[in-house]
Amino acid sequence: MRHVDPATGTCPAPVPETERVLLGHGSGGRLSAELIGRVLVPALGAAAPGGPLEDAAVVEVGESDLALSTDAYVVDPLFFPGGDIGSMAVHGTVNDLAMRAAMPVALTVAYVVEEGLPLPVLRSVAESAGEAAVAAGVPIVSGDTKVVGRGAADRLFVITAGLGRRLPGVAPSVAAARPGDAILLSGPIGAHGVTVLSTREGLGFEADLVSDSRPLHRLVAAMVAAGGDAVHALRDPTRGGLASALNEIAAASGVGAEIDERALPVPEPVRAACEMLGLDPAYVANEGCLVAFVAAERADAVLAAMRDRPEGAQAVRIGTACDDGPVVVRTAVGSRRVLDVLLGEQLPRIC
Amino acid sequence: MKYIDEYRDPELARLLLAELGRVTTRPWTLMEVCGGQTNTIVRQGIDELLPGGIEMIHGPGCPVCVTPLEVLDRAMAIAATPGTILTSFGDMLRVPGSRTDLLAQRARGADVRIVYSPMDAVTLARDNPDRQVVFLAVGFETTAPANAMAVLHAAALGITNFSVLVSHVLVPPAMTAVLRAPGCRVQGFLAAGHVCAVMGWSEYEPLAEQFRVPIVVTGFEPLDLLEGILMTVRQLEQGRHEVENQYARAVRRDGNTAARAAIRRVFRVTDRAWRGIGTIPDSGLTLTDEFAAFDARRRFDVGRLVVREHPDCVAGDILTGAKTPLDCAAYGTTCTPRTPLGAPMVSAEGTCAAYYTAGRRQEDRHASR
Repeated sequence: MRHVDPATGTCPAPVPETERVLLGHGSGGRLSAELIGRVLVPALGAAAPGGPLEDAAVVEVGESDLALSTDAYVVDPLFFPGGDIGSMAVHGTVNDLAMRAAMPVALTVAYVVEEGLPLPVLRSVAESAGEAAVAAGVPIVSGDTKVVGRGAADRLFVITAGLGRRLPGVAPSVAAARPGDAILLSGPIGAHGVTVLSTREGLGFEADLVSDSRPLHRLVAAMVAAGGDAVHALRDPTRGGLASALNEIAAASGVGAEIDERALPVPEPVRAACEMLGLDPAYVANEGCLVAFVAAERADAVLAAMRDRPEGAQAVRIGTACDDGPVVVRTAVGSRRVLDVLLGEQLPRIC
Repeated sequence: MKYIDEYRDPELARLLLAELGRVTTRPWTLMEVCGGQTNTIVRQGIDELLPGGIEMIHGPGCPVCVTPLEVLDRAMAIAATPGTILTSFGDMLRVPGSRTDLLAQRARGADVRIVYSPMDAVTLARDNPDRQVVFLAVGFETTAPANAMAVLHAAALGITNFSVLVSHVLVPPAMTAVLRAPGCRVQGFLAAGHVCAVMGWSEYEPLAEQFRVPIVVTGFEPLDLLEGILMTVRQLEQGRHEVENQYARAVRRDGNTAARAAIRRVFRVTDRAWRGIGTIPDSGLTLTDEFAAFDARRRFDVGRLVVREHPDCVAGDILTGAKTPLDCAAYGTTCTPRTPLGAPMVSAEGTCAAYYTAGRRQEDRHASR
């Protein structure tokens, strides 16, 4: 607990985060987890999920294992190299289903539009969402539109929900990783977060960068075909980046992890931008890659299957799950450090 | 980036460490001045790879950490003034003042914005003529040239709704203060490469001579730091005390003369308070009379500020190397990135935050050394 100055009754350090929602509560870091764990889930009472928090929930309906997911997209800018809020909303929900080894059956989409938004912008986003859904092979079957007054929303928010059917014989879960599992990463990290930041702020890095936004369900299907139930845990490292995804799996599964820093694929423009801004690529958001914990004996086959798909062409093994302990990185010079979850959002440094 | 990869080669790191082990005959205590170097050392675990007896202590070179509480409280008071846009670099926004921080203030409705260059703040002022735009201008000699250029640019454009809250600090007086502190253990310095890229290294030569201490201008990559440590230890082992330049690919003896000229035009040297350390003579920059109209202190009357540092925070001892975070009772208990008692737990370059993020815990102290 924090100190309260008895003389004044005031707190000397930052305002308690319980008092107001900060941007950091949406960062995917520790503050996000606490907001969900301490405020949102308890408020659901008996309606709260019983198990670990997953990208999508698996619901038994009759004899089918269905997966259900919902997500809201509030990205600024609406358009960025490699994507836009519409395609991202489709990819994000398809990927949330895919992380439970569920293939998308149908999506719904809702638009919250700020008064004054140019119609061509809305049309372009909606068309992009439609094209992304067609490319992913999933229909958008329902939707909603709300228009709010100027200032009540930031131009356009997109909310998608997805229904999927789980591939038979597999049940990947953030809580199912085991010691000895190989940790596989499907592609380079950091491009999405740095592209969006650079486009929003006009930093100039976006000239060399595109977001990695794309659907991953076909990649997962290939992994499952090659590895079956050896595919223990899947997570797409969106907000909070790879570091948060690894920590979430490790915590939910009760395992540790050791990652080789030199194995982490960081594209050169991403690395350059992160160096300039003082950001760690391991914490930067992605929209088109996944991290997988796979039983060691099937890891090579799964990795080969990943590399056969365009989404996984640059897949690599980045480390190994261990019995317990934190997520640890073996550094470039041969030392080790803990790769913890950040408190809130990463802030660009001064110099 | 191939140029950078060469400075992260594990085989070269092993060779440098082996050479360091070969030349080291007795314990030495070195200080890296810059927070960026602290970050690399801790993130890469370089200090844990050094031969026994070589100890790195972390210096006062985190600009976020040394910005006085009074300046932060003033920035927050200005941000609370209606019609004002308060701008600064990202990692200043989370630093605790006496009662709150700028991020929390933003959540309460103040218009606080991250900028990536002080020029962006000038642009913001130009685009918002009915608002007052203030840039919180902190940092060492590295950020001073760009801040000077922003003031010159605003003056040239005739922008009258832009001002700067200046709290610049200078490295050589801080090194002098560290060396003069009672019980100083520092026997050699790694000087901050990017500061020297601006200022050159000639100003370190009197310091090396007066205190008989080797100073090696050092870069920020793992191999830069290992080589800088090796060069410093070599000098100590040979009884030399010179200024050497490990960072030759970026630093010249006279630095960047155009940048220095901009600093001289806009700023003059003044005494400056350092958070956790106190006032160090001639250790800061303030606006010259010619540009006093851009001084946010003059433009905003925020009344009398009651400034209170948390009593449990030993930031001063951390910043001067007298203590490590693991020596602090509050570290990791009452003081964490969530509830920072002082600035070193906030910035990515702060020693306490670097330790905490890298997972260093007090119990590790007994295990490691």
